[in-house]
Amino acid sequence: MSDKPPAEPPSSEVTPEALYLRRREFLKNAGLFAGTAAAVAGGLYLLGRKQTRPMDAFVPDAGLVDLPVAKSKGPYDTDEPRTPYEDVTTYNNFYEFGLDKNDPARFAHTLKPRPWTVVIDGEVHKPQTVDIDQLTSWFPLEERVYRMRCVEAWSMVIPWLGFPLGELLKRVEPTSHARYVAFTTLLDPERMPGQRRGTLDWPYVEGLRLDEAMHPLTLMAAGLYGRQLPNQNGAPLRLVVPWKYGFKGIKSIVRISLTREQPPTTWNLAAPEEYGFYANVNPAVSHPRWSQATERRIGELERRPTLPFNGYAEQVAHLYAGLDLRRNY
Amino acid sequence: MASPPYPWLNPALTAGGLAPLLMLAVQGPRGDLGPNAIEAALNQTGLLALVLLLASLACTPLRLVSKWTWPARVRRTLGLLAFTYAASHFLVYAVLDQGLALGAILEDIGKRPFITVGFTALVLLVPLAVTSTNRWVRRLGFPRWQRLHRLAYVAAVLGVVHFVWRVKKDLTEPLVYGAVLALLFAIRGAEALRKRRARAAMAARNAA
Repeated sequence: MSDKPPAEPPSSEVTPEALYLRRREFLKNAGLFAGTAAAVAGGLYLLGRKQTRPMDAFVPDAGLVDLPVAKSKGPYDTDEPRTPYEDVTTYNNFYEFGLDKNDPARFAHTLKPRPWTVVIDGEVHKPQTVDIDQLTSWFPLEERVYRMRCVEAWSMVIPWLGFPLGELLKRVEPTSHARYVAFTTLLDPERMPGQRRGTLDWPYVEGLRLDEAMHPLTLMAAGLYGRQLPNQNGAPLRLVVPWKYGFKGIKSIVRISLTREQPPTTWNLAAPEEYGFYANVNPAVSHPRWSQATERRIGELERRPTLPFNGYAEQVAHLYAGLDLRRNY
Repeated sequence: MASPPYPWLNPALTAGGLAPLLMLAVQGPRGDLGPNAIEAALNQTGLLALVLLLASLACTPLRLVSKWTWPARVRRTLGLLAFTYAASHFLVYAVLDQGLALGAILEDIGKRPFITVGFTALVLLVPLAVTSTNRWVRRLGFPRWQRLHRLAYVAAVLGVVHFVWRVKKDLTEPLVYGAVLALLFAIRGAEALRKRRARAAMAARNAA
């Protein structure tokens, strides 16, 4: 080993001062470039984030009890591929928990669907207040695989579990004055925080003509995919009317009243020129702002034509004989 | 006082501005945009087109209020980014959402005011994007070029209307953007008034 100190690099290898400073300036500018670009990208991402928010933290079936299925494969079931459970339970309109499609899955844990009672009253001979588990034990639960067509022009295929509403109505014995059925969702801003905002008039209300309510397709659903309804899908009890737009399917029902007069319905009150009482799926009658002629099935890229009465015309078209469906949208 | 040159500013805006679009192009095919990826892409591109258009329109008011000069130098970049997002928004609608069904697209544009105003806003942005180069400023002459580019304000108003009509019920978000636009108008209006007063005062002094 030599004990000579290391030689200084030859002066030809020393970076000239001007270049040295330019390198520093270059690094500074590179840093500012990266910082600004990241800030701009981050800011834009945050502004548009709610459309693309991931659902990682979501556990879809935590604590949901399997339900006994008495009958599967009925005459009304569709053979079309079912929309995946994850999509059915993370893409919802349930404004009581927020306006974005994945808000209900994220926030509906506050609902607490047990204990729960349902009031059945109005024009019936046997008005009563009944616990939800007792109510669902009155009827064998059937699986019904239905198409669901949202008024926003998307659709799903969902295996519901429930019982025909008509069976429940027969049990409480409508009077001869009963002509309509009115439904009411829970009103409780503690459990449904979206009700603190005046987006709609709360509670959500819906209604059917009595003959529509008695139709065997009309279902009171307590579950889907073999289990209890997740909160975001309308636990513990919701309405499913497969030939009508999805907003008719009122969720988290606390009251069913039989009435003489046509009951008010929430979306009709909010925007009467856009949403009618009937809301039958009808490709020939456009929403004022978009066409209803086609729809996107969730999970598919290409649009498909929308069918009259959502493909259930054979079963239900006779209910509307003589009714002008353009005016009664 | 003139701001320093900030050579990194425009490249950074371009890179950062395009990043969300590239991310959509990656996320969409991978299935990371949720159950309705096309709707997510439509909402995202449409919103960012409006945001960037408002940002480009904020440059002059910001310069007037702050006396900085750098906002004037990023205006073109922001405007072109806004156009890129607006064009992507339309392409997602026409190609992915409608599957290039020309009849349905024409019916939408012709019959549905919500889509008519959105499409008009995009059409208005086309000549602005084309004439965004220095050569076009020279060719048209600055006053004419400036008058033409006021169309950006019209496009922004139409963009806000398009957003308002799209929303099903809750108008909060579109109205926030409407309020931003109104603020920008107010600043420019106040500036125009100030200039006119100054000119009048000058004329009065000269006459005296």
